[in-house]
Amino acid sequence: MTSTYASIILLFPLFSAAAILLGLKKKANISALVATGSALLTLVLSVLVLNAKEWSSVTLLQWSKVGGLELGIDLKIDQLSSGMMLVVTGVGALVHLFSLIYMKKDAGKARFFAGLSLFMFSMTGIVYSANLAMMFIFWELVGVSSYILIGHWFEKNSAADAAKKAFLTNRIGDFGFMIGILLLWAATREISFDGLSNAVAAGNMAPGLLAAATLCIFCGTVGKSAQFPLHVWLPDAMEGPTPVSALIHAATMVAAGVYMLVRVSFLIEASGWAADVIAWIGGISALLAALMATQQNDIKRVLAYSTLSQLGYMVMACGLLASEAGMFHLFTHAWFKAGLFLGSGAIIYACHHEQDIWKMGGLKDKMPVTFATFGLCTAALIAVPFTSGWWSKEAILEAAYKNDGLLFPIAAGTALLTAFYMTRLFVVVFFGKGRDSHVAGHAHEVPMLMRAPLIILAVLAVLAGFALIAGPVLGDEYAKYSQFHFSVPAIVSILTLALGVGLGLKLYAGRDREPVNIKLFANKFYFDELYAKIVKLCQDSVAAVARVLDGLLIDGVGVGGTRGFANMTGNALRRIQSGNLQGYACLFGAGVLVIVLLALL
Amino acid sequence: MTTLNDYLIASGLLFSIGLFGVMFRRNIIVIFMCLEMMLNAANLSLVAFSRFNTSAGLPDYNGQMLVFFIITVAAAEVAVGLAIIIAMFRSRRTVDVDEISSMKG
Repeated sequence: MTSTYASIILLFPLFSAAAILLGLKKKANISALVATGSALLTLVLSVLVLNAKEWSSVTLLQWSKVGGLELGIDLKIDQLSSGMMLVVTGVGALVHLFSLIYMKKDAGKARFFAGLSLFMFSMTGIVYSANLAMMFIFWELVGVSSYILIGHWFEKNSAADAAKKAFLTNRIGDFGFMIGILLLWAATREISFDGLSNAVAAGNMAPGLLAAATLCIFCGTVGKSAQFPLHVWLPDAMEGPTPVSALIHAATMVAAGVYMLVRVSFLIEASGWAADVIAWIGGISALLAALMATQQNDIKRVLAYSTLSQLGYMVMACGLLASEAGMFHLFTHAWFKAGLFLGSGAIIYACHHEQDIWKMGGLKDKMPVTFATFGLCTAALIAVPFTSGWWSKEAILEAAYKNDGLLFPIAAGTALLTAFYMTRLFVVVFFGKGRDSHVAGHAHEVPMLMRAPLIILAVLAVLAGFALIAGPVLGDEYAKYSQFHFSVPAIVSILTLALGVGLGLKLYAGRDREPVNIKLFANKFYFDELYAKIVKLCQDSVAAVARVLDGLLIDGVGVGGTRGFANMTGNALRRIQSGNLQGYACLFGAGVLVIVLLALL
Repeated sequence: MTTLNDYLIASGLLFSIGLFGVMFRRNIIVIFMCLEMMLNAANLSLVAFSRFNTSAGLPDYNGQMLVFFIITVAAAEVAVGLAIIIAMFRSRRTVDVDEISSMKG
């Protein structure tokens, strides 16, 4: 039964997307309802799947079979995929509902909802995939849907550029991912997770090869989950509509990288030093992104850097062989970050699409529901005790504390910065007075259909960490994470929280302008400029080499050589063509003579 | 009594005069006439061979047959050649071959 449900969950969004793109494109309202209906249906079905707890593997479509290589759409229905599916469809359904209002008057409404449906299909494929090949296919599909949705307002240059940047940056990571899959296939002749797991457990792979393959696979995560050094695309992806940012660039797609790491955690565990590399990449990403977040003025960019930072946490947990903690944080983060993004969407909607936090202010009284829900989600993000984020961050800090002496301070520092920049954002947006009468002056609470998802997400942001919710979704072993006990990480976590919030309040309460200016952070450590330089340098040097080769070989030897040869022979032979009738007659006679001589001799 | 050698010498002289004219004269009409002369030199030697190569008192008619063919072909050639010369004269107003050198490469 569950396998039928899972197949429907996978295929229904595809039908919805196809129906909208092929038939309903002109009827925007019906398209929106079809997509939303499909999202709600998948949510119900994924709850049923989770409830039934019948774990199985089912082949939906045998695609190709060449020698030992079997490629197919195989669904792997287990606790992990079912739990992840609940996150995807849950956030997805709420985002669809929110979008009904947010995108109400948008000209490309039908296209937008088709994109959302396509994304739901692709994401479901990643979650349910039982082998790396299928995961890679859907991995690319989420890339495409992300591209379509970031570039939804493609008439804006910045949106079109951001979509291109996201796609190209992801390609770099995906290339590594593909090489990783090929390496694993070459070494073990296995491509399904179960087969690979057995092969690795049997010790069939040389340690060095295993580490290399793991790192290559990890490249996929670096791209999709926007880890250092491929993190540059995620902040720019905020050019897309805010519901898209909530669904794709906060809760689900970027978390797919982490989900994949959890899926292949058996590889990481066996890979030795590669695990350390993964942990360090995660830690560095978390810290760098948190530093950059402190100086951003665009409400969505602050949240985007915060997402980067939290993803860094999850990756770090996976690298520290605590993939359960990473998955737990993914689960809680999905709710509160989606809540924050939808909250920012509500604010942007109310402020006439203004995103600069220094033009907002005093929204506390004008948008009380948004204020309350945003506050609860922020509390979860900065790990206020007993909110969902506290439990999961605790689990990661614990792992860092146990495993690596240096990563723990980095994680704690990130926690401090998180508390600081979220306090800054919260205080500047909601407190004080409205700084720009056009923006904050006319703000008013958003409609019910937008408030409802916010309230649901806020409730989940607080409660999702408790065993009552996390247990059934993620598995009973997660219950241990939501039991409080005193330890060094717990104390450090509370201390950093107090310090961060205190610092944020002291610096930003009652301010109307940015009191600190750190150019390095505001300009994101100049990564974009650096990459532009590097790309330019590479292109220039390739172009220079190509120019020399072109000049020497193609132009010189190739074209010039043929021309010169033809010229030379032509010049030599033109002397025969004297135009002199008697000259021709002479040659003719001589020719006859030669032939006669040859015939006679 | 004239012998075969006399005829052949006369024929060779005619041929040489024709060849010289074709090689070194500039007037295309003259060149054309010299060409005819070379053909007739060949005719003369053929007729001489026919006359002096008798069997049972009769000359060898093969040579004469060939001569008739040559005369016929030469007539056709004159018709075509003169037509070309006239056309060329009309377009260029000259019969000097040195002036006709547009084929020079």
